[in-house]
Amino acid sequence: MQRIGVFVCHCGTNIAATVDVKAVAEALKYEPGVVVSTEYQYMCSEAGQELIKNAIKENALTGVVVCSCSPRMHEATFRKTVAAAGLNPYMLEIANIREQVSWIHKNIEEATEKAIILGRAAIAKVHLNAPLTAGESPVVKRALVIGGGIAGIQTALDIAEAGFEVDIVEKNPTIGGKMTQLDKTFPTLDCAACILTPKMVDCAQNDKIKIYSYSEVSEVKGFVGNFDVTIKRKARYVDENKCTGCGLCTEKCPQKKVPNEFNLGLDNRRAIYIPFAQAVPKIATIDADYCTMLKSGKCGVCSKVCTAGAIDYKQEDSFVNEKYGAIVVATGFNPIKLDKYDEFAYSQSADVITSLELERLMNAAGPNGGTLLRPSDKKHPHRIAFIQCVGSRCDDGKGKSYCSKICCMYTAKHAMLIREKYPDTEVYVFYIDVRTPGKNFDEFYRRAVEEYGVNYIKGMVGKVLPEPDGTLTVRASDLLNGTQLNLSCDLVVLAAAIEPDKSARPLATMLTASMDTNDFFTEAHPKLRPVESPTAGIFLSGACQGPKDIPETVSQASACAAKVIGLLAKNTLKGNPCVAHSDELLCNGCSSCEKVCPYGAISYSDKEFRINGKMVTRRVASVNPAVCQGCGACTVACPSGAMDLNGFSNSQIMAEVDAICKW
Amino acid sequence: MQMVNNEFKPKIVAFCCNWCSYAGADLAGTNRLQYPAEVKIIRVPCSCRVNPMFILRAFQRGADGVIICGCHPGDCHYTTGNYYARRRMTLLFSMLDFLGIEKERTRLEWVSAAEGQKFASTMSDFVKTVTELGKNKRLEDLRCKK
Amino acid sequence: MQEMMKKKAIELLGSGAVARVLGWKKGEFDYDITPAVFESIEEIENEFIYNSLCSPNLSKYLVKESRKEGKTLIFLKPCDSYSLSQLITEHRVVRENVYAIGIECYGKTDADTIKEKGIKGITKITENDGVLNIETLYGNEKVPVYEVLRERCVNCKSKKHPVYDELIGEEGQAVDDCERFSEVDRIERMTPEERFAFFRGELSRCIRCNACRNVCPACTCEKCVFDNDASGIAQKAASDSFEENMFHIIRAFHVAGRCTDCGECSRVCPQNIPLHLLNRKFIKDINELYGNYQPGENIGNRSPLTDYTQNDAEPNIVYKRGGKDNA
Repeated sequence: MQRIGVFVCHCGTNIAATVDVKAVAEALKYEPGVVVSTEYQYMCSEAGQELIKNAIKENALTGVVVCSCSPRMHEATFRKTVAAAGLNPYMLEIANIREQVSWIHKNIEEATEKAIILGRAAIAKVHLNAPLTAGESPVVKRALVIGGGIAGIQTALDIAEAGFEVDIVEKNPTIGGKMTQLDKTFPTLDCAACILTPKMVDCAQNDKIKIYSYSEVSEVKGFVGNFDVTIKRKARYVDENKCTGCGLCTEKCPQKKVPNEFNLGLDNRRAIYIPFAQAVPKIATIDADYCTMLKSGKCGVCSKVCTAGAIDYKQEDSFVNEKYGAIVVATGFNPIKLDKYDEFAYSQSADVITSLELERLMNAAGPNGGTLLRPSDKKHPHRIAFIQCVGSRCDDGKGKSYCSKICCMYTAKHAMLIREKYPDTEVYVFYIDVRTPGKNFDEFYRRAVEEYGVNYIKGMVGKVLPEPDGTLTVRASDLLNGTQLNLSCDLVVLAAAIEPDKSARPLATMLTASMDTNDFFTEAHPKLRPVESPTAGIFLSGACQGPKDIPETVSQASACAAKVIGLLAKNTLKGNPCVAHSDELLCNGCSSCEKVCPYGAISYSDKEFRINGKMVTRRVASVNPAVCQGCGACTVACPSGAMDLNGFSNSQIMAEVDAICKW
Repeated sequence: MQMVNNEFKPKIVAFCCNWCSYAGADLAGTNRLQYPAEVKIIRVPCSCRVNPMFILRAFQRGADGVIICGCHPGDCHYTTGNYYARRRMTLLFSMLDFLGIEKERTRLEWVSAAEGQKFASTMSDFVKTVTELGKNKRLEDLRCKK
Repeated sequence: MQEMMKKKAIELLGSGAVARVLGWKKGEFDYDITPAVFESIEEIENEFIYNSLCSPNLSKYLVKESRKEGKTLIFLKPCDSYSLSQLITEHRVVRENVYAIGIECYGKTDADTIKEKGIKGITKITENDGVLNIETLYGNEKVPVYEVLRERCVNCKSKKHPVYDELIGEEGQAVDDCERFSEVDRIERMTPEERFAFFRGELSRCIRCNACRNVCPACTCEKCVFDNDASGIAQKAASDSFEENMFHIIRAFHVAGRCTDCGECSRVCPQNIPLHLLNRKFIKDINELYGNYQPGENIGNRSPLTDYTQNDAEPNIVYKRGGKDNA
């Protein structure tokens, strides 16, 4: 039996004016287990807290009920008070007789009666309270950033700036991501490489940052503050420590017919390659799918020309194990595949290209050295049509239901750049809506229309027909003029929707981080915690969380870094002790609880139990208290009642129900 | 608040999630918005913590109405808790109705921390509805009566 | 059919491929078929039975049997196969320890259903080619099986086997025009007073024998909340109307989204309470509100109660539909 003390607060006249506080204290005195019941003017004051502390010591109290204002106000205060008197802070319950009684009722009799009932409910609950201790776990002061695009780079740089170690895992041979492929960036039109490559170099030179390029995360264990990650370092057949990045091998390799992914297959590279001149790390990689030496054992040219002796045909995938306190997901995006959009003749005509392909065609380091030429005949195009929303805002099942967000702006940029460089080229943009929210974005679009004379036509394109003369007929409707158009063009550019990188889904499973139906990572709170995953210790940076342009990505990346730094700055993490726990003897191992847990806090293991003298192996759930946030979803999903929640247990809540209904 | 029946005062149990609805109730208090004293609030971390057993238990012990309040869909502090609560309560309420228990005795409402007014008016309305229904007789446990 | 099954069982048991066989044998009376575990060829030769009276769903027995040494051979009617699939989804059955043979089923009957036809004093029932030869104290009667099918078989939902290692007979299909919800629909259209009266009339007969719970392949908890004193709701005797409601509502809620609608609860109820109606009400609601969902159809499916969409119906949909007063 608990020894309970009840302390009724007057809150000046806030409570005492409508609640007969003496009557409440008197009535609660006779509740089972109550050994002292008293009232005082301001319980939260120094003197009030002293009163509680003394009463705990004098009466050897095991539980305390304070009838006062909302627990959201002073629960923390009174927990400290009882703790100072040597009681477990969780042996306290609060009856809210201010916000729920004195402030909303006028009739003293009615208010006093309700205050007594709420007091009884709190006493009934405290009878079932158990001392709780928040678990502590140490924080490994190192962060992992998965994905080395602009989002990952920015997050890593910011974390390193704060003095913490950061590792970047990038699946490609170089960091830099999609931004390396862009020509100019809106709305200021500065060149992407000029602003990105210095950041890439900063990463390489920062002694707090370690780059695992050509690598993937293959396994994640542990929890916030203490993740155990296995990184797979794919064999690149070049010793990273020896290669100087001179590039001689990439010039001498006889296999010249490898589609160059950096230029989106618009030209070719060799089987041993460095993706582009400013690659970080600048190390050659052998493409095992094309290398004749690796495939047939006959060649070895690169090995012969390499003065550093870096080529190693026998290299194998290797695995690195590392511990991290926080993990940042920065897996980015890709344009969707356009094979379902045959009406735009993407697969039939080389002159129907995506916007990203156009970026490469216009880039000085691109396949045409920056001169805009048609891929088919290398002639200068005189009329170009841009088609917006290809696969975005689609509910036909072929594309994505969401807006890809960046296309309106980059198309305005493309149109503007083309009109500036080639004033003799006509540019048409077919759109559903032009969406340009963002600083200086609408001004930018208006400039394209007003100063550069880009023809914007509201209406969707029905079909693109390749003609025998090499031109493309664009069939569209002009909704504003109510006419049908047949426009003969030389080049058609499709603003393909963007989607999360394919690696995101398996990664989310590894991290037990939740995703939406489009495979974008979900935030802990869409408004208030936008850079955290609901899974503690997992943070979101960039387009893996939703379509974003560069300014937005960089802001989010830095915000994400701030959250990571906040976590890594702590030596230990103190958990919330009001977490779920599973009674292994009752658990069926059915996985219902695991499915509703938003944090991935529940895991299963086979355990041996002695039942009726026999050893039986059963699958049972266990909750990681460092990850559980205490929502209680699992407790209701569990049919056997094996899952219960500390501080809000089934029996505690039912005791409150009973006390309230028994009057 | 006008009582339909001056004699009968219903017992109402309100389960409120800590983050939105309980805060909404606090706001109703701070703004001195009156609602009937028949409502007694039980704080739970999230609407998804409310087990159908708690609701039946309340009726068993003499409650005349049970209302569950949680964050608006999409605003759950735990991201998804109220979505599960919504499915569970929809099915439970439908089952109670199927068994002929007055469906007006159970309710689920989304009340945010800013909706003190909504909290007070919801409670007033619920008490009025349950008062009109009268004593809970179809789901009571006679053994729990003294 | 019976001979093919016996042959297969003897072959697998004889070769040591399986350590035991789950099937059916005679119970207290000739016509009272009961589930059985066979561990020897002799037992199978002498006792193994399969006919239209083999109603019991065997899948639940695997919760225990599949945790024993060696494999267990089980014969599964489509209903039983759905149950097994759901049990595998919930990790209650160790799949590797099971050898499942799916058997085709054209509907089952039992003595209770036959008695409802006005046939009394049954002493023995034999079956030949789809016709039951019923020996009674008052003479013999011949009744085709299809005339005395149980309600769940008249309203059969599927003749498919979602899980099996081997089939005897043909694989069937889900029954598209199944009318199993018509009775739920009829009750929904009553007034609340009529519904209350209907269910009081039914549930007040409950004697809390727990047969429904014990037979239910979804009720496999290591310890039922109603048996657990610490749960706060443990009660055994049906002494009050509330108690009856509470038990059946909570039981139906706990199996909601998991119940495959095998109908065993109603079959075994000694008081003939149509308990399956509660489960079907949940199934019907789930289908209507969250899209058709058949538990056990695919292993690994996510139950609708452990899932959600952002646009799910609000609970006040309950106020808006059903019932004469709102029709």
